[in-house]
Amino acid sequence: MATAQRIPILKVGRVLVVPIQTDMDDQTVVHLQERILSELERTRARGVLIDISLLEMVDSFIGRMLSDIAAMARVMDARTVVVGIQPAVAITLVELGLELTGVATVLNVDEGIKLLREEFGIEERDEEEESCGELSLLGEQINRA
Amino acid sequence: MESKSIALEHDEDVVVARGEVRTIAAALGFTLLDQTRLATVASELARNVVKYARAGRLIAQPTDSPHGRRGLRLIFEDTGPGIPDIAAAMRDGYSTSKGLGKGLPGSRRLVDEFDIQSAPGRGTKITVVRWL
Repeated sequence: MATAQRIPILKVGRVLVVPIQTDMDDQTVVHLQERILSELERTRARGVLIDISLLEMVDSFIGRMLSDIAAMARVMDARTVVVGIQPAVAITLVELGLELTGVATVLNVDEGIKLLREEFGIEERDEEEESCGELSLLGEQINRA
Repeated sequence: MESKSIALEHDEDVVVARGEVRTIAAALGFTLLDQTRLATVASELARNVVKYARAGRLIAQPTDSPHGRRGLRLIFEDTGPGIPDIAAAMRDGYSTSKGLGKGLPGSRRLVDEFDIQSAPGRGTKITVVRWL
């Protein structure tokens, strides 16, 4: 795990934004899932927005992670939205037999925020936060090697 | 184009395998969708090798059909424990680990040809082909 990739988890208001910008090995996938859940607990965020628009492939392992995160977040009273799935990835997922059970999927980040706000009633602004629109990078910094 | 052999021993090798397969598929002229299908099959089957056998390899082999059709053959071979019940393993939802049981049956749906040979205690060899 010395070379484990770091996927950033950003807190925007009451939503955790997770931009996955690189292909991940299985260890990184498991690690990311754990980090998202601990950040949910720590920050009491109400929504999780996972951007997979740069992922060129979602296999059964990554697909299961997305479903599991959605299910576990739900237990912690948070909703999960997966945004930006590429058409070729979506077709392949269906052929593979994966349904991403319980995962809301939308086309882009704008739609994702809109869904969290309008459908799930999650306010963007965190009332406990003093400044609005603040981006805070949680956990460790992104390692730009 | 020459064949390429990729060692499958660690988690990271699965990432390498799907990346290499995508690159080769793109060079052969496969569509983006087919590149994605092939990369996904490579990921599923390479993971099985790493997970169950811990050591094996993937051979990516550009090929031509008797009718002159171009294609890509992927051979996954290991000397692991083998699959005791292939018919069961090919069914959707069957898994001996905590997997979803989508790996083998799902992979078969993503390729044109799928062949599996396995002997308990001797290992497993899975050969798939997708034609252009």
